[in-house]
This record gives sequence, C-alpha cells and structure tokens, in this order.
Amino acid sequence: MNYVPGTASLIDDIDKKHLVLLRDGRTLIGYLRSIDQFANLVFHQTVERIHVGKKFGDIPRGIFIVRGENVVLLGEIDVDKPCDTVLQQVSIEEILEEQRLQQQAKQETEKVKMQVLKDRGLSIPKADNLDEY
Amino acid sequence: MNVSFNPHFECDFNALGDTLNNPAAHCVGFPSLASSSPASRSTLSSPLTLTLACRSVFQLFYSFFKSLVGKDVVVELKNDLSICGTLHSVDQYLNIKLTDISVTDPEKYPHMLSVKNCFIRGSVVRYVQLPADEVDTQLLQDAARKEAIQQKQ
Repeated sequence: MNYVPGTASLIDDIDKKHLVLLRDGRTLIGYLRSIDQFANLVFHQTVERIHVGKKFGDIPRGIFIVRGENVVLLGEIDVDKPCDTVLQQVSIEEILEEQRLQQQAKQETEKVKMQVLKDRGLSIPKADNLDEY
Repeated sequence: MNVSFNPHFECDFNALGDTLNNPAAHCVGFPSLASSSPASRSTLSSPLTLTLACRSVFQLFYSFFKSLVGKDVVVELKNDLSICGTLHSVDQYLNIKLTDISVTDPEKYPHMLSVKNCFIRGSVVRYVQLPADEVDTQLLQDAARKEAIQQKQ
C-alpha cells in the first residue's frame, strides 16, 4: 500500500461506502475515512449487518477502528446496483434471535463432529487462528 | 519521492523512475548488501536486480502477479470464500484488488451482492487460481531458480 502507480492501494477508496468482512465473520458497512500500510481502517457511520438465511438486520455502531490483521476483505458498495431484492430486512431483536439459534445449531453439529473425530483419534485445527504472527 | 518504508527489511524505496519497473532502491541496514565485495556488487548494477536481491522471495511473486494484471482469477480465502474477478492490482504484501467480482460457489454469502470491486488482504488468501494458459511455467521456474541461487550467496 504505497504511492507507486499500478499497485493495490486503498487511497482511492477513501470517503466511499464500503463493506468489510472480518476474520470472526462479522460484516461492517460504513464510510472509509482512514487507512495505513497494515490495512488498519477507520470507518464512519458504521453499521454491523447480520445475515441469517435470507434475512438481515443492521445495528448502528458509530465510528470503528479495525486492526488490519482482522480484515479479510474490503469491498466498495455500489449504490446504484440493486441489492436488497432477495434479502429481507428485519428488526434488530429478531435478527439477533435468529443468529443465536443459528449459532446454537452450528455448535451442536460441531460438537458431534468433534466427538466423531476424537473417537477416531483425529483433530482438525480451527482455521481462523492458524497463522498468528 | 519517498515511496514506502518497508518495516520488514528496512528498505527505503526512492522511486526516481516514473514507472513501477524501474524504481531505484537504496537499502539501509541490510547487512549482506552493505558488506558485499566490489566483484559481487557489480552484478547488482541494474536497479531491478538490486530490488530483487533486496526483497528476494517477496519480489518474485509480486512481479509474477503484476504480470497477471488484467486476467481473470479466482481467489480462495482462508474462510472458504471463493471470489472470481479480474486482477486489478497487487502490492508488496500480495494484497489483491479485484474488479467485477462474483462469488463463485453457491451464494451462501449474500452480503456481497452489491459489491463490484474489492480489496483482499494478502494474509487471508489461501489460493489464487489462474488460467493455465496465462502462466509461463518455464519463466517462473527460471526466476525461482535464480532467486534460490541468490539466496544462497
């Protein structure tokens, strides 16, 4: 991330509405205000968007500073492109409830899988903290 | 024009040239180059070779990806998300910028619907799938061999 032309730089993305995917699976949408060489980001008017199935909910979060190592992907949101055609927005309480149920179901299947693997003497490490450096 | 300070190798790049391909590199605090004998230093005369020797393995793949700008690639991330798009640019950390993206696998990631361009941090890339006919494997092998030899010196 430098000023040499032709290289991947976030300079042109400043002050535009962006969607950032974090390593823990969260999605944040907001206006990108500041960057640095580690891809640390400063977001303004941030909204955390939670997706469960076809429903989604937005939680307003204000100003966010995201440490670069947690960023997976940063995408510019095209305001012209129609996006909410298949998705249905619901209230915050509802989406949090849906998310809780989804997490519960996932944990159950994960537990069963772990048990089966353990019985066979195997274990699979979790992907998100494989390369802490 | 001071361009970038690479914290890993303490190299200060002064881009005297206007193109990316001919930056003049001045290395500070890189012991092997500073103490190199005049004989070996003469082989490092061209700016690009000096850059390559200083940045070694990082520079190899950075240059490789730069040669693929404009091609369609599929980037698979460590969180199992696969994104198809046109390679727009790449940087020294192998961060990738893709334009005209689409999520290749079944769209269980609906939040990407209204995103056309994206920036992917290099550290989260698992694979970059390339069309076989775009890659000159012979050239890549030769370059890698050169790097390995230079590394040994």
